[in-house]
Amino acid sequence: MDELLGEFITETNEFLETVDTQLVVFEADPTDGDTLNSIFRLVHTIKGTCGFLGLPRLQFVAHAGETLLGKFRDGTLVATPDQVQLVLESIDRIKEILAELEATGSEPEGDDSALIGALELAAEGHPAPSVPAAVVEVAAPEPVAAPVVEAAPAASTGLRWDPDLGRELRPGEVSLAELEAAFMSATPDDEVEPVASVAAAPVAAAPVAIEPPAPAVERRAAPEMRAIKEDEDDAAAKGGAVSSNQTIRVNVEVLETLMTMVSELVLTRNQLMQMVRNTTDSEFKGPLQRLSAVTAELQDSVMKTRMQPIGSAWKKLPRIVRDAARDLNKKIDLIMDGEATELDRQVLELIKDPLTHMIRNSCDHGLEAPAARVAAGKSEMGSIRLNAYHEGGHIVIEVSDDGAGLSTARIRDKAIKNGLVSEELAWTMSDSQIHRFIFAPGFSTAAAVTSISGRGVGMDVVRTNIELIGGTIDLQSTEGRGTKFFIKIPLTLAIVSALVVGSRQQRFAIPQLSIVELVGAGGASEHKVEVLNSARVLRLRDRLLPLVDLSEVLGVPPLDPIAYETSSAFVVVMQHSGQLFGVVVDEVFDTEEIVVKPLSKALGDVGTFSGATILGDGSVIMIIDPGAVYRRVGQAEEVVEEAVEAVQKKRGQRPETTSMIVFQAGGEQPKAVPLSLVTRLEELDATSFEQGDGRTLVQYRGELMPIVAADPYAPIATTGVQPVLVFTYNGLAAGMAVDKIVDIVDEALDIELAAERPGLLGVAVLKGKATEVLDVSHYLSLALTNWDDPGVNKPAKHIVLVERNPFFRNLLSPLLRAAGYEVEAVDTVSAALVCAEYRKPSAVLTDIDVDVASARRLLSDDRLAGTSIVALSGSPDADATGFASLVRKSDRDSLIAAVENAAKLEIAA
Amino acid sequence: MTALATRQESELALAKAGTKEFVTVHVADQLFGVEVIDIQDVFSLKGLTPVPGARAEIAGVLNLRGRIVTAIDARCRLGLPARPQGFAGMMAVGVEYQGEAYGILVDSVGEVLRLSDSDFEPNPVNLNPNWKDVSQGVYRLEGRLLMTLNIDQLLCVATA
Repeated sequence: MDELLGEFITETNEFLETVDTQLVVFEADPTDGDTLNSIFRLVHTIKGTCGFLGLPRLQFVAHAGETLLGKFRDGTLVATPDQVQLVLESIDRIKEILAELEATGSEPEGDDSALIGALELAAEGHPAPSVPAAVVEVAAPEPVAAPVVEAAPAASTGLRWDPDLGRELRPGEVSLAELEAAFMSATPDDEVEPVASVAAAPVAAAPVAIEPPAPAVERRAAPEMRAIKEDEDDAAAKGGAVSSNQTIRVNVEVLETLMTMVSELVLTRNQLMQMVRNTTDSEFKGPLQRLSAVTAELQDSVMKTRMQPIGSAWKKLPRIVRDAARDLNKKIDLIMDGEATELDRQVLELIKDPLTHMIRNSCDHGLEAPAARVAAGKSEMGSIRLNAYHEGGHIVIEVSDDGAGLSTARIRDKAIKNGLVSEELAWTMSDSQIHRFIFAPGFSTAAAVTSISGRGVGMDVVRTNIELIGGTIDLQSTEGRGTKFFIKIPLTLAIVSALVVGSRQQRFAIPQLSIVELVGAGGASEHKVEVLNSARVLRLRDRLLPLVDLSEVLGVPPLDPIAYETSSAFVVVMQHSGQLFGVVVDEVFDTEEIVVKPLSKALGDVGTFSGATILGDGSVIMIIDPGAVYRRVGQAEEVVEEAVEAVQKKRGQRPETTSMIVFQAGGEQPKAVPLSLVTRLEELDATSFEQGDGRTLVQYRGELMPIVAADPYAPIATTGVQPVLVFTYNGLAAGMAVDKIVDIVDEALDIELAAERPGLLGVAVLKGKATEVLDVSHYLSLALTNWDDPGVNKPAKHIVLVERNPFFRNLLSPLLRAAGYEVEAVDTVSAALVCAEYRKPSAVLTDIDVDVASARRLLSDDRLAGTSIVALSGSPDADATGFASLVRKSDRDSLIAAVENAAKLEIAA
Repeated sequence: MTALATRQESELALAKAGTKEFVTVHVADQLFGVEVIDIQDVFSLKGLTPVPGARAEIAGVLNLRGRIVTAIDARCRLGLPARPQGFAGMMAVGVEYQGEAYGILVDSVGEVLRLSDSDFEPNPVNLNPNWKDVSQGVYRLEGRLLMTLNIDQLLCVATA
């Protein structure tokens, strides 16, 4: 008997047992909705599963029964006792067939047409004819000593008086005498039909148990006995019967209690071990070793009782796919791998619905119609593949299809339309970042709502459900090739691997699943916590990681940023909802397998913790909920966003490249300045350098040009050839002495903002090397004492520069100052308007890349009436309607020209 | 087991009409009485883990024989000043409320008293509302007054 069938029989038998009691209630009150519903569900389930397993007899009986029950349920018919009787008979018939199925592994021959006919007739509202009892006998080919329940339909075709009860028998009820007779007839010599007649089983079991060596006497012992007796004639039947005997259902609460007790045992053992470890020679050592081993094994076994193969959550999927394929007129092949992968039944239950939903999604949205597939050069048959495997204490489930893949363009449009992302930002995002929007709440790309999916329960619900059990979901999609979802979930919810960390003298556990890595920060470590407008970030490899202090999440004010410099701190890099963030903790202890215990309701409103656990030393610690930390970061993130956005923008799809001149000065480490600022590269004869006014000067093109060293540790050469970068501003030239000009690169300038020491804008990665980007204005001010004195040649004009990105702010303001303007550089539009209140500027330069909407506020504000507003953008084709002109940030000459024009306009106005 | 035993005893007590059994506890200087049937356990406090962000009356969580118990600070709940020496050395009355284990932290646990209904009086009208919430009335004992402490009411606000 195959496993599926065995499972089906076990499950259905149990169902039938519960329904037995409900049938009695139903009989007493056929209008009771709840009872009717549960009987209906049972019959419905049997019908569905039988259709799938290929059991026509059961299916047809169940179907006819369901039809009648359905009529009762929706109120079309009011059940009469005769009709109730018919329902009972159909349930009994199911039991009989099931019993035979369990014994032989195949559905018995038999004719149910009379019963089905009667059921159909009743469903149409005709009075129910009584079903001849003979048909029941036909159902079982062997002579049957019908125990208990079988007796019922045969015996009670009409209402009879029972002397024992002193009243009329209800339909389907059996008189006590008959019950007695049924028991008596179930003698050990008889072939006992294994119809869930638990009462009869022990009677049958006793004598047989003597012969075979200690057979496992369990619930449903009868079929096993039978199999032993008949072992010659059907080995397969025996296998099937035994397999259904070897599983019993145990209340989860019992397992839960067992689990609690085992964890307590483990704790006690740990304490004992600790005590014995402190004594040198103890007679307890040996026994304790054994106790320890047994405890570990016990813990393992108890864990195993909770484990189930993931295949059991997949059982219904073939049917769903089949139905979906039929409804959608598609050809779909479902391939399942790794069904034997085991995980906790609790997790299994919780993953069922999201999985079903995802499979439906794949059928509906993922795979194309056959015609479209053929047109795309694929086979008509689309395939959906489910794959499960273990990976480091977690289970990974992959759901992939070879369908059309996600349409990046459509998702992007929709995301922008739904306001999930600004248009500008959306264009800079990678395909996979865009794809992840399908997990956003209320997001659906389906053009049409079908019966299969698109009912408003989208991927966000799937994501939420998966995250609820501490899992993560991600996807990979190639347009035209298909989509692959990765679900990573913990093996069990009861025991999780967690990192124990310390914050403010208290220990907390962080679930390992959400932890990406651990980084040492502060002190002498290479990573440093930095502050951007009160938001803390960590520079980690090539990205800025938003940080939140654990104590802050817990409601304790964070340390002063400066304190990070001296104290040693750790950053736990975590991932939640696809977002990476860092959590600053004071100490890191250990990873431990912890038993998660739920929190009491009194602590329900705290929200920061997902539970508590007891550590090996008996102390209780709280388990941090990664979601809560994530929400906390979200608040902090708004502050960091600007900076991160600026970084992402340059990293995105349309990176703005900047030409940089790379050179060496005072060491191997490359340094760079923007090429646009450099007028000329010269190699000057060092012997021609002169000293004057404490500076190194050289006669250059008929003028005296000061030269400064790019690095204080690299003195300007006195002999040979000295490479010099020449900058000119405002008719004044200055030179910067370098050791060696290395290269000119045209790359996306991915600058990380450090600017710790004067003269340095930050460090950027150029050609794969960390390169210091120098602040030219600093050097120029060293060289030309009057270089930023605007009064040299022209009367000062006041200009306000609105630029969120500090890099550009630092880059542009010296440029404008050099051109003779007085510059007020601010980061927000509001700040600009405040400046304008004090002194009306000649012109305003504003960035329109980050937030064009607020930039437009400048155009309509009274405080700036008559002032030209020049738009700045990284791209030459940005929308600058309404602005005086549009200038590219990297185009220095047109920038100056535009400002001059704007200022002239102001004078004219 | 203790719960079962106390339950049986208390049923016995009910049989003795007109009396109730109370365990006396001290919170600050006031004597309170908790009905025996409500109590599962009495234990001295060893190790308490504070829960950041929880309401003030929640002193923390503790491990009682493998169960995690939420500790409620009775002083705070009753609006009394906290003990200067903190929670160290306090006693706890273990109760079960809505299927969850709670411990009420008190200064000390006294004795078991059988009190007659004739000594019972409802709360005086001028009683602090904080106390009215959690007490049904007062027993007149010799030389002192015993406030009854209703566990359900004490915890119902705590868990609200």
